[in-house]
Amino acid sequence: MKKIVKKHPLAIRWFHWLNFPVLAVMIWSGMLIYWANDVYKLGWGDKTVLKFFPDSFNKALNIPFRLAEGMNLHFVFMWVFALNGLLYFLYLVFSGEWKLLAPGKKSWKEAWQVLLHDLRIRKEMPPKKKYNAAQRIAYTAVLIMGFLMLLTGLAIYKPAQLYWLCAMLGGYEWARAEHFIITILFVLFFVIHIIQVVLAGWNNFRGMVTGFEVVPGEKEPSAKDAATVNQSSDHHPNQAI
Amino acid sequence: MKNKEQWLTASQIRNKTIVGLISLFAFCAVCFFGWRWLHNQPKDAGALKPLRTVLNANESIFSGMFSNNHLSKTFSKELAAPRVRVNGDVGVGKDFDTAQWKLQLIRNAGDTQYISLAEIKALPKTEIIFDFKCIEGWSQVTHWGGVRYSDFIKKYGLDTQSKLQFTGLHTPDNEYYVGIDNKSMMHPQTLLCYEMNGKPLPMNQGAPLRLIIPVKYGVKHLKRIGTIFFSSQRPPDYWYERGYDYYCGL
Repeated sequence: MKKIVKKHPLAIRWFHWLNFPVLAVMIWSGMLIYWANDVYKLGWGDKTVLKFFPDSFNKALNIPFRLAEGMNLHFVFMWVFALNGLLYFLYLVFSGEWKLLAPGKKSWKEAWQVLLHDLRIRKEMPPKKKYNAAQRIAYTAVLIMGFLMLLTGLAIYKPAQLYWLCAMLGGYEWARAEHFIITILFVLFFVIHIIQVVLAGWNNFRGMVTGFEVVPGEKEPSAKDAATVNQSSDHHPNQAI
Repeated sequence: MKNKEQWLTASQIRNKTIVGLISLFAFCAVCFFGWRWLHNQPKDAGALKPLRTVLNANESIFSGMFSNNHLSKTFSKELAAPRVRVNGDVGVGKDFDTAQWKLQLIRNAGDTQYISLAEIKALPKTEIIFDFKCIEGWSQVTHWGGVRYSDFIKKYGLDTQSKLQFTGLHTPDNEYYVGIDNKSMMHPQTLLCYEMNGKPLPMNQGAPLRLIIPVKYGVKHLKRIGTIFFSSQRPPDYWYERGYDYYCGL
């Protein structure tokens, strides 16, 4: 017998996995759109460190001259992105899951300790519940980024009807740049997320697929104890929160 | 935390894991085949049919928030670009005698009126300096002058026609053409434009008369208007036929 602990509710797993293809389509179609006016770069003055995107990159991915296709995909899948994000947010609020996600007072200090731990500089992890402090900050930031993505996106989609929103974000061209920057941040999050998932291993990954994690190193209780534990879990699955 | 815990045998854990992985695999398969299904759909005016359907739905949703009180931001004259970007010359061929030009206004089927530039210039002049937005994603603050389209409609007694859903515009050679909903045409910032930066419109900007419609992307700002007509159906539209959204509303 092994002890398992329920980690991710079914709803969160759905929101999570749906985001994967939807974000892929949004970013891909966004790149088809961005190509038509690819003016952003990293650098200063005349010096360009990184052009978004190099011609070879565009060519390799067959991006050029697909603006209409990109816009059409973008303005269809935006609904899925927005609805999925909205439902996720509402679920967090009404299920109480937000308490396990939102950073607290200690999170900033602890997140630093997590970072040191992950970089093998510090031995112990700070105490955590469902998520450690770095995860709380990262996942909350991603939620906020998603919201900003909607706002900046709406501002460049309807700059005349939503003129106040567009003005709030610094005008049309700034809103477009912000939309792009948040996309880059999303991609960076994705890269780090994948690395962390690989490092965390199978048990953690399975948590997002099945909803449970196996608790390592726990001893098997007697048959009687197991029965009572099982019963209580059936009755009040959410009480622990 | 106790009631979130459970004791399971190794085989129970294995079974639950397999069910989870199969679900994930099925989800991936649905995404993969869904994407392939989408791309195998027939096209409607150059856009995949399901996408076109949603674009049209987007139009009904977002045209609901359209208002004549929602204005494109305007700027002061100093901010207007001295060199205005030229992006497309379809329908604006070089051999064109602007002196011979007259606007062909199809009031009703079989009732066509010809209007000279002087007659249009006799109407009250309106100027606008706004951020011209191209569908490609660039924008430029530019300065235009002309006649408010709604003033033109009033002056020529076209109230009934402007209540139809659409206006169609063609270049004199019929090479370029757009269709625009009349709500957007009647917006107070929509101009029949004959001046740019305080000077007569240059040839490559659609002399002698072009459309300036800030609530739309640049593709709808037809250069060198030859014909104007009214319709309850979507008039033909150059870029719509090439897969773009019909509405293109900002």
